[in-house]
Formats: sequence, C-alpha cells, structure tokens
Amino acid sequence: MKKMISALLLGTAMALSVASIASADDKNVKIGVLSDQSGLYADLAGPGSTLAAQMAIEDSGLKAKGWTIDLISGDHQNKPDIGTTIARQWFDVDKVDTIVDVPNSGVALAVNNVVKEKNGVYINSGAATSDLTNAQCSPNTVHWTYDTYMLAHATGQALVKAGGDTWFFLTADYAFGAALERDTTAVVTANGGKVVGGVKHPLNTADFSSFLLQAQASKAKIIGLANAGGDTTNSIKQAAEFGIVKGGQKLAALLLFLTDVKAIGLETAQGLNFTETFYWDLNDNTRAFSKKFSARMKSGAPPTMVQAGVYAGLMHYFKALEALGGNPHDGAKVVAKMKTIPTDDPLFGKGEVEANGRVTHDAYLFEVKKPSESKGPWDFYKLVGTVPGNQAFTPLDKSTCALLKK
Amino acid sequence: MQALYAQLLVGLINGSFYALLSLGLAVIFGMLNIINFAHGALYMMGAFVAYFLLNLGGINYWWALLIAPIVVGVFGMILERTMLQWLAGLDHLYGLLLTFGIALIVQGVFQNYFGSSGLPYSIPDQLKGGVNLGFMFLPIYRGWVVVFSLVVCLATWFLIEKTQLGAYLRAATENPTLVRAFGINVPRMITLTYGLGVGLAALAGVLSAPINQVRPLMGADLIIVVFAVVVIGGMGSIMGSIITGFALGVIEGLTKYFYPEASNTVVFVLMVVVLLVKPTGLTGRAA
Repeated sequence: MKKMISALLLGTAMALSVASIASADDKNVKIGVLSDQSGLYADLAGPGSTLAAQMAIEDSGLKAKGWTIDLISGDHQNKPDIGTTIARQWFDVDKVDTIVDVPNSGVALAVNNVVKEKNGVYINSGAATSDLTNAQCSPNTVHWTYDTYMLAHATGQALVKAGGDTWFFLTADYAFGAALERDTTAVVTANGGKVVGGVKHPLNTADFSSFLLQAQASKAKIIGLANAGGDTTNSIKQAAEFGIVKGGQKLAALLLFLTDVKAIGLETAQGLNFTETFYWDLNDNTRAFSKKFSARMKSGAPPTMVQAGVYAGLMHYFKALEALGGNPHDGAKVVAKMKTIPTDDPLFGKGEVEANGRVTHDAYLFEVKKPSESKGPWDFYKLVGTVPGNQAFTPLDKSTCALLKK
Repeated sequence: MQALYAQLLVGLINGSFYALLSLGLAVIFGMLNIINFAHGALYMMGAFVAYFLLNLGGINYWWALLIAPIVVGVFGMILERTMLQWLAGLDHLYGLLLTFGIALIVQGVFQNYFGSSGLPYSIPDQLKGGVNLGFMFLPIYRGWVVVFSLVVCLATWFLIEKTQLGAYLRAATENPTLVRAFGINVPRMITLTYGLGVGLAALAGVLSAPINQVRPLMGADLIIVVFAVVVIGGMGSIMGSIITGFALGVIEGLTKYFYPEASNTVVFVLMVVVLLVKPTGLTGRAA
C-alpha cells in the first residue's frame, strides 16, 4: 500500500512538472464539453454539442499541422455542485484546458468561477444569463450564441412595439429565469409597457395549468415565458389547451429552440415569435454545416443554435491558439488573444469578442411556420427580421463588467 | 375567490393522475409485496405506445386507451414472470432495486432513441376546446381526464374489494398455500395482478400524452411524488391511495396559487408530517 501511494505521488509530481514546463510550442489541447446529457436541455445541447465540438476539431485542420486535440464530455445533470466537481476534476486531474457549452445558467455561473480560479478557458454557448459578461464577467470567459439581454431586447421590444404593453411572466425559478425576467422587464418598461404580475415555477414542471390560470386572470396582453426547454414546450402546449391565445392573450416565448418547436409540433407552435442567432436553413453555409451535422446525429436532427455556438466558439479558439503558435496553457492569455481577432465563421458571420467576453453577431426574429408552409421535417422558421450584431447585445457602456473599468 | 375555485379544479385534474398511478402501485404492493419503482417508466411506455399507434399505425386515441394498457400490461407480465417472481418472499429492498434498475434501463433506451424533449401528441378532435365555467375556462379534455380516471379508480376498487376474483386475490396474498389447495393457480393470479397494476400506469400515460410531452423522463419526474402519495395514503390501501391521490392534487394546486415556489415540495412536507404522526399512512393497516 505504501509503495502504491508513493508511486502515485511520484506520478503526480511528474505530471505536474510536465505541465509546468509546457512551453509556447506545446501543441497539446484538451477540451471538455460540459453539458446536460440526459435532462431537459439534452436535446438542445448535450450529445449534439459534443458532436459539434468534434466537428470543430476536425474542421480546424490543426491535427494536420501537428496538434493533438483531445475531447472529453461530462454530464452536469443541471446541478451546480456536480458541474463544479466535474470542472475541478477536469482541470486538476485530466488537465483540461478549455470547457465549452454548459447550458443552465445556474451551473454556468458556478463553473465560471472554477474556470477563473484554475485559469482555464471558458467558451459558454448553452447558458443564457447575461451576468456572465456583466456582474460576473471573467478574463477567462467568452460567451457565444445568445444571452438574456439579447432575447429580452429582440423579442421584448418587437412585441411591445406591436402593442403588447402589459406583461405577465411565467418564470423558471433559478438564475436563468430571474435574469431573463429582469432583462425583459427593463425593456418592457423602457418602451412604455407595464408588468402586471408574474409567477415563479420550479425548474422542470410538468403541469402549468395553475400558473396559466393566474396568467389568464391577470388579463395581461402578453404572457412572457421566461423559461426554457421542456418547461417552455409544456407551457405553450397547455396554454393552447386553456384557450389562452384564442382568448386574445399572446405568448412570448422568450427563449425557444429548434428542438422545442419540434417537440410542440407546428400545429400548436405556429405563429410564435421568438429570437435565435442561428437557424440551419439561414443560408448556404448554415445548410452545408447542418447537412454534415445531421448525418452524424443519431436522431438526424440539425444543429440548434447552442450546438452551432459550440462549433463556432471552438473554431475561433483554435484560430487564437494558432496565432499564439502553441498552447500556453494560460486561459486568460488565450482569451485575450481571442478578443483581438475579429470573429468570422460560416455559422454566425462576422462579429467580435468584446472586452467583457461577449461575442456579438446578428440575431434573427423568427416566426414559427404554419403546418401547411413547412416543406420538410425540420422546416419550421420564417425569418421576419434581423437585429445587427452591434445592437443585439449589451452595449459596452452599459455593461457592469469589472474588466471594462481598467 | 373565483381563482381559488379554478385552482381547486386544476388540482383535481392533477390528482387524477396521482390517483391512477398510486392506485396501480397500491395494488401491486398490496398483492405482490413489491415496491414497483418501474411504475413511472411503464407510465411513460403507455404514452409512447399511444404515440406509436397514432403515428405508425394511424390508430386513434380511443383505441390507444384500450390497446396501450394491454401492450404495456403484457410487457409487465413478462417482467414479472422472468424476473420479479424470483424475489417473492425476499426483503422489499430487492424488489425495489430490481424495479429501479428496470426503470433506468427502459428510460435509457427510450432516451437513446427519442431524445429528451419529447414528441407531440394532440388532443383527440372530440375532446378539443373547452367550456367557460364562469370562474375558469375548463378544457374539455381535462374534464374528461377527471371523470374517466375516477371511474377507472372506482372500478378497480370494486374489482378487488367487492368481487369473487378480488377475494381470491386478497386471500392469495394472505396465505398462498391454502388458496392453492383450493385449486387456484396463485402464480398466474399474481402475474395478472401485476399486469393490471402496470396497465393502470399505462392508462395514465395515455391520458397524459395530450397534456404533457410524450418524453422518456415523464415518468421519472412523476414517480417520486406518486410514491409520496402512496406513503401518505398507506401502502397497499386501495381506497386510501385513490383519496390521497385526489387530495394531494388539490393541495398541490393550492400551493401553486399561494406559494408557487414550494409546489414541488409540499407533497414531501406532508409525507414527513404523516410519517411522524401516523407511520402506517392515513388509511394504512399496521404491518
């Protein structure tokens, strides 16, 4: 036993010394995809995010240039404690450089702290909370794809301007729901609207009828769904059952993913307005990527915007590594480099990584098609408007990120 | 006040699912002494069978109400014959672990093929729409669920407590050897009882398919609450589980109105209280 312990200690010491002598031309990278692999967000991120990361590694062409890139994945089960435990283990034991994806704002914020403490790289695509690039911003974090500010502004503003001036919120009772409600409330009131009430429901609720009745009784013109995944699909489905839309109230799905629309079915989902930053059928580039992607997905599903964000985020990360000439194993340094290179990828187009870690790119207002308009199994969206990247996200002068005050 | 009536009614609707599921659990526990943790997975299978019937076979909701419980019931009977029957007479823990394992496997398989966000199943045309009751808009389908499950619950209670067959069943659990001596095939009766309990779960699954998403974890999310219902009502008590099912649905509904954040926990708080005050459950017999 003693022998074994000393052998282990020796091994650890050797591993540590190897890590510390890693030089700038070290071309080894290890990436961990931390996601919800089996819960309510598994379809919009989960295994599809791992595939997206795999495709990014292949498409980067770095392997041909002598780089070794390893990929591992983990399941945070939507629990912050499990997420941080995995993240710590990845940094301490598995020597992971970069953590990507991490849907669920509660887990994402917890992991954000671990990555900062361990000086890794954090490319978040799955989480919505705008706190990641505001109050809780970090020199190690890049937030791709979307956030609550963007969702609130794009969808919220469009609805208030179209006459939806009284709101009632159905809010998922955790970090994400709170952030989305807060950001949307700000937009509604700034545009002359009023929030007349709201109710917080536990994450992963099956029955929304009680909450929907309260929303119905509030007589608000818009019922804002500040929830995601299975909670959103159940809310929308049951709202139809209770005749909420027929009664003249409008649903605002503040966050809706492709897989959610599939789950609700066009029959019920038709006419919903919402915002996303990626849709597989936007242009030739997105279609080409999606074709390759769905061929490798077990379900044949095209990528969601979260999965697309994992791909694009990693592609940009690889660009930064290449520019550095090697992996410095210094998260803050790599992220700083990522901020100096303008982003340009086939899925999100041109943009930049701002000083607070926020990635800007265009956002699109979509409407769900009628069943008669849909031509294929995933042909769901009609594009109704585009918000340019520089207007879609928190303006830097309004960001509360401490990194900006230097 | 109007809102309160509405919440009471909504609670009753959820209560019907709790009642149907806890009834099946109570029947299985009462007759087989098995804590059937696979119940949620079988409920989910019921919903999936309805989905397959509609989308692959074009068979509508009404037939699914009949066919899905039979299909899943047969699946349950195979489980009982091949695995559960060997656990008879052993500690409850073995049955619990085995059925829990089965639940995980079944859910895993469905998740592998159908993902987690679920599949749509629409309300049958005859039950679409709703009626305005003055204090609330009641979707016809929800009303149907309450009435239908109440009828099924009472029929099951009648079958087990008031008929000759039920009497055999109850006798067989008390003293299988003696009942066998009367020429009754006890193992077959046990298998059929498990099939009945499982069929009830599948029936609840079909009923819930148009309301909730048909998704692999729909049962896993519900089963814990249903177990709490069974514990509160008293393990193995048939009427107890029916009444507690409906009652807890109502209490949960009221919590959603007065303090929604606690709506997921109120059932467990009640369970703790009941266990402290009357460990056999509200209507349970002492072991």
